[in-house]
Amino acid sequence: MQFDPVLAESDLILKGIWLTIVLSASAIVLGCTLAVLLVALRTLAGRWAGIVVDAYVELMRNTPFLIQLFMIFFGLPLLGIRMSGVEAALLTMTLNLGAYSTEIIRAGVESIHKSQFEAGVSLAMTRRQVFQYVVLQPAFARVWPALSSQFVLMMLASSICSFISVQELSGAAAIVEQRTFRSFETYIIVTVVYLVMALSLKVFLLWLGRKLFPQVSGLSRLDAKAEAA
Amino acid sequence: MQTFGWPEAMFIFRAAGWTLLLTAISFAIGSLIGGAFAIMRLSRIKLVRNFAAGYILVIQSIPVLMVLFMSYYGLSIIGIELPPFFAASASLAVYVSAYLAEIWRGSIESVPYQQWEASASLAHSPAQTYRYVILPQAIRISLPPTVGFLVQLVKNTSIVSVVGFVELSRAGQLVNNATFQAFQVFSLVAVIYFAICFPLSRLSRHLEKVMNASRSH
Amino acid sequence: MPAVLIEDIHKSYGRLEVLKGVSLSVDAGQVVAIIGRSGSGKSTLLRCINGLETFQSGKIVVAGHDMTQDPRKLRELRKDVGIVFQSYNLFPHLTVGQNIMLSPRITKNVPQAQAMALAKEVLAQVGLSDKFDSYPDNLSGGQQQRVAIARSLAMQPKVMLFDEVTSALDPELTGEVLLVMEKLAKGGMTMLLVTHEMNFARTVADTTVFMHQGLIWESGPSKELFANPQTPELANFVKAGAH
Repeated sequence: MQFDPVLAESDLILKGIWLTIVLSASAIVLGCTLAVLLVALRTLAGRWAGIVVDAYVELMRNTPFLIQLFMIFFGLPLLGIRMSGVEAALLTMTLNLGAYSTEIIRAGVESIHKSQFEAGVSLAMTRRQVFQYVVLQPAFARVWPALSSQFVLMMLASSICSFISVQELSGAAAIVEQRTFRSFETYIIVTVVYLVMALSLKVFLLWLGRKLFPQVSGLSRLDAKAEAA
Repeated sequence: MQTFGWPEAMFIFRAAGWTLLLTAISFAIGSLIGGAFAIMRLSRIKLVRNFAAGYILVIQSIPVLMVLFMSYYGLSIIGIELPPFFAASASLAVYVSAYLAEIWRGSIESVPYQQWEASASLAHSPAQTYRYVILPQAIRISLPPTVGFLVQLVKNTSIVSVVGFVELSRAGQLVNNATFQAFQVFSLVAVIYFAICFPLSRLSRHLEKVMNASRSH
Repeated sequence: MPAVLIEDIHKSYGRLEVLKGVSLSVDAGQVVAIIGRSGSGKSTLLRCINGLETFQSGKIVVAGHDMTQDPRKLRELRKDVGIVFQSYNLFPHLTVGQNIMLSPRITKNVPQAQAMALAKEVLAQVGLSDKFDSYPDNLSGGQQQRVAIARSLAMQPKVMLFDEVTSALDPELTGEVLLVMEKLAKGGMTMLLVTHEMNFARTVADTTVFMHQGLIWESGPSKELFANPQTPELANFVKAGAH
């Protein structure tokens, strides 16, 4: 096995790593924002809003990411919307992660005990205020582990964007492979890089969770205490 | 430029059949390997346990695309060149094995410890405990997440074209390249995937509800 | 004009009738204890007063507001009616101070500085000034309940409802909460309390109402009611509850 030709292309690989990070980070932030909006819509707006949100979630969760990518990259231009590979990748990742996050956050919101809601409305809050100030943060904290897993999965799924020639890490790997003809060496290096990125992201999200939600310990007792009373 | 007509649709439907077959075979092989790793993960021997844990961790921390490439190019380095279907099945089986091992290990560990105690108190050997008390319960617990994972597997078959196999997604790509009717083509493909995955997703949720109901006694 | 007027309330859960025609009038500054067995309807009645429970027929007027399901009017009503729950229901992700300041700021648009001063004042009233920046999780049950009382007081209500607020507390912690409630009563707050604390009802409440099977079975001045129960049900209840 010869690794040198591959390492000579490290420039390309580093650029690929950078694009993977940028795409993933952006999709995470945008996807989460979208998810919070959709959960708010589903919780606060009428029945039809809930049905539309559910339909969107089911659609994204029961079709492959690749097909969603193709639909956006190849389909939107037929409607007159042209976008680059990177733009299509970001949009697809955002919509996909948004759907999964909506499901996760919704479950978190529904797991908050009704008594918190009662306390909020008894203090004359509107339902929107209860959602925004009372329920949302604890729900987020409660599902942070599940959300974190989903974020890591999306970062790994960004590899599929290479199918539309986006030069994130996998796309870069394909080019390096073409240039050097050293398939196994290329992919083992890239695999190790993904491994390091995934584990780092996991650790980072764990740390972030502790910073954002310092009172998580109190939340797990939220249900039990109310039930015991 | 071709039009998107019946022959093209038929091509896509046939490819869907291959997707189902690929799913079934990789699930079957992956289950066997996964079961073995689940048992290894619970072994008393630290080396065995750590090896299994490492295997699972690595495969769960890399893209499925990389699992495919590693399996395919790894095999070719030791001289084995598999035809596309078998290359795809083998690679996916590796992916399946890690995730199922983790799900099944989790299921075995969720059987309440009181069951182990009760069984031991009835003078069962460890093997008997597993066979008559633990595994039946673990299997029931594992059904919802296993069916849920099956949905993931179906979706992940979409990328095996990288090892040269033409399944549903690749068929869609080919037809799109020929007809440029992206909307129609990928809508059909999406509908087929949805028709396969949605019932499985519902089944998984239904199984979970049934399980939670029976658990609360 | 009574502070709380309840007229012939009927409430059913499906086919089960839990309130079978309850009427009660509470004047401003009056303290009313509601006692009875579980299932007698006392908590349900209390929760009807701030709209957490609905009823099928009858009328409730509290602090000058007609009971309504109209969201905006209900919110105005709730600004004048405070409630303290058995399980305190503090918001775990907010500090004590933030818990108390939240509603005045977002429902009454009280500016930050004023809200903080108000929060510190009610916290002092319940004897927990030093816990302003603590999280609920770090407080004892009794302290959390006192914070819950302060949180309701910060809305400057005209009527306070207490739903078995000491039932979830360890015995040695009930005292501090009862003390706060006694202070409130002496300060002239209109209070309705569902409670198991017979002693407290007898000594602090002006009037005690005994509920049985969805009806007000007996009611009257507290000391008199406990000393001379007119019905066997109340007599048995008092005997059973005497420690």
